[in-house]
Amino acid sequence: MLLKGKVHKYGADVNTDAIIPARYLNVSEPAELAKHCMEGIDKDFVSTVKPGDIIMAITNFGCGSSREHAPLAIKAAGVSCIIAKTFARIFFRNAINIGLPLLECDEAVDKTKAGDILEIELASGKIKNLTGGMVFTAKPYPDFMAELIAAGGLIEYTKSRLVSRRI
Amino acid sequence: MTLAEKILASHTDKKKVSPGEFVTVRVDLILANDVTAPIAIKEFQRIGVDKVFDPKKVVMVPDHFVPNKDIASAEQAKLMRDFCYEQGIIYFEVGQMGIEHVLLPEQGLVLPGDVVIGADSHTCTYGALGTFATGMGSTDIAAAMATGDVWMKVPPTIKLVYHGGLGKWVGGKDLILYTIGDIGVDGALYSVMEFTGEAIDSLSIDGRFTIANMAIEAGAKAGIFRVDNKTQLYIKSRAKRPYRVYEPDSDAEYAQIIDYDVSNIEPQVALPHSPANTKPVSQVGDIEINQTVIGSCTNGRLEDLRLAARILKRRKVHPRVRCIIIPGSQQVYLDALTEGLIEIFIKAGAVVSTPTCGPCLGGHMGVLADGERCISTTNRNFVGRMGSLESEVYLSNPTVAAASAIAGRIVSPEEVVT
Ligand code: SF4
Repeated sequence: MLLKGKVHKYGADVNTDAIIPARYLNVSEPAELAKHCMEGIDKDFVSTVKPGDIIMAITNFGCGSSREHAPLAIKAAGVSCIIAKTFARIFFRNAINIGLPLLECDEAVDKTKAGDILEIELASGKIKNLTGGMVFTAKPYPDFMAELIAAGGLIEYTKSRLVSRRI
Repeated sequence: MTLAEKILASHTDKKKVSPGEFVTVRVDLILANDVTAPIAIKEFQRIGVDKVFDPKKVVMVPDHFVPNKDIASAEQAKLMRDFCYEQGIIYFEVGQMGIEHVLLPEQGLVLPGDVVIGADSHTCTYGALGTFATGMGSTDIAAAMATGDVWMKVPPTIKLVYHGGLGKWVGGKDLILYTIGDIGVDGALYSVMEFTGEAIDSLSIDGRFTIANMAIEAGAKAGIFRVDNKTQLYIKSRAKRPYRVYEPDSDAEYAQIIDYDVSNIEPQVALPHSPANTKPVSQVGDIEINQTVIGSCTNGRLEDLRLAARILKRRKVHPRVRCIIIPGSQQVYLDALTEGLIEIFIKAGAVVSTPTCGPCLGGHMGVLADGERCISTTNRNFVGRMGSLESEVYLSNPTVAAASAIAGRIVSPEEVVT
């Protein structure tokens, strides 16, 4: 799959309260959540984000609460993928489970500026910075995670596991 | 193997597990709350099974926005309640409930040697009892409700050793804030924090819950303690099923060993907007406050209320401060009432609420306006956590929070108790 979009860049330790403040968690509809996406850190995000855009951050992106509302809001806002050096572990699981791609790549984070246009080939982890004319490669997923992603996320994976258990 | 590795291995088909390995782990208990359950239930229904794998191993607690603060939260709670009734899942209605991480240990639902997963990041609290407990998202919980197991990457363990005796007004909250201040909010990313040393041994179980609770604030997957006599005593009257106590091997491999001498540390305060932004209370400076919150899954237990009462007894909350005290469960509330703590609070001019997460996540019962400041015994002080994006939250132990409520600014208990 080829993804293409503009980079919205943030710092280290972006927490889930910044991604979707807890006061909005009395609903769980992704489209509703998306209206407040990144509100705690970037009030302009919702009005500027375009389908396909990419969120980039430094380290420990998505720290804090376990709310799946965070990756759901980001996905529903139209973001195609998140690139960081590291992710908080619960956020990482949640994003993979709901089919929001995450890529870990130190070099891309160091050399990409806010507003740059990136083109990403998910299967190979190739990140092309079209604005700066650079190419980076993200860390490959561990085999197990790749299997989960290939299955179409955790729910599909679980379905097939249960089927094979019954046979 | 470390303590965490031993517990994980005992819940797989393997004899031994090592850090970095992907394993399928059987779970003893699965938890969700009124915020995370609705998504988990919808995802569960997509899997296409009718029943959860074992209704006695799934528990749901309405605590974040209850008693329901608005129609939207009432709808979420209803969805969860209906599912629990239909499935026969363990459920605690308003009147029996408490904040999930205060309630579950108190009810004997989490025991040493268990693997517990919860759709709440502070599920790590149960590590205080020698449990491997970790937070996940709703979809992970949905899948586990169908299968009874979950995939995990075996985490490395960081051993933290606390030497020395604790000073006056210094407790579990101060040790964990001090630690997060030192290693940072990602200092234990993907790892287990194993808490040991004589300062840890000297802590009550309530104090250990506070520490384990905030392991996630350092990015950890779990925080864990060895089981000792205090743990056994806590468990004995509560456990309704057998459990197993595990010990780390003497040759267990740790990713890191960190030693602290804590004999001279002061009560700690985490300044906005990060739990790692800590200072000793004497170095915080002159910070006026509008509100104090004493409660939450971090410090809403009986010992916390007793400590707050020691400070508030025969004193008055500053006329410009709203002091909100929230017992963590109905049992804590009742015990506090019997001991006369509630009377002390009300006479001091504090308000006492029914158990709820409420202000901890900016939900209700004490949301902050623009420019307001709160000192709170909760665990997160992120931007907007307790309300307005322009408000500020300072984190501390219950004695500092209570003393600050009296002084109207952040002070050490020493300044109030003379
Ligand atoms: S008290 Fe706060 S941190 Fe604890 S479960 Fe409730 S919202 Fe989460």
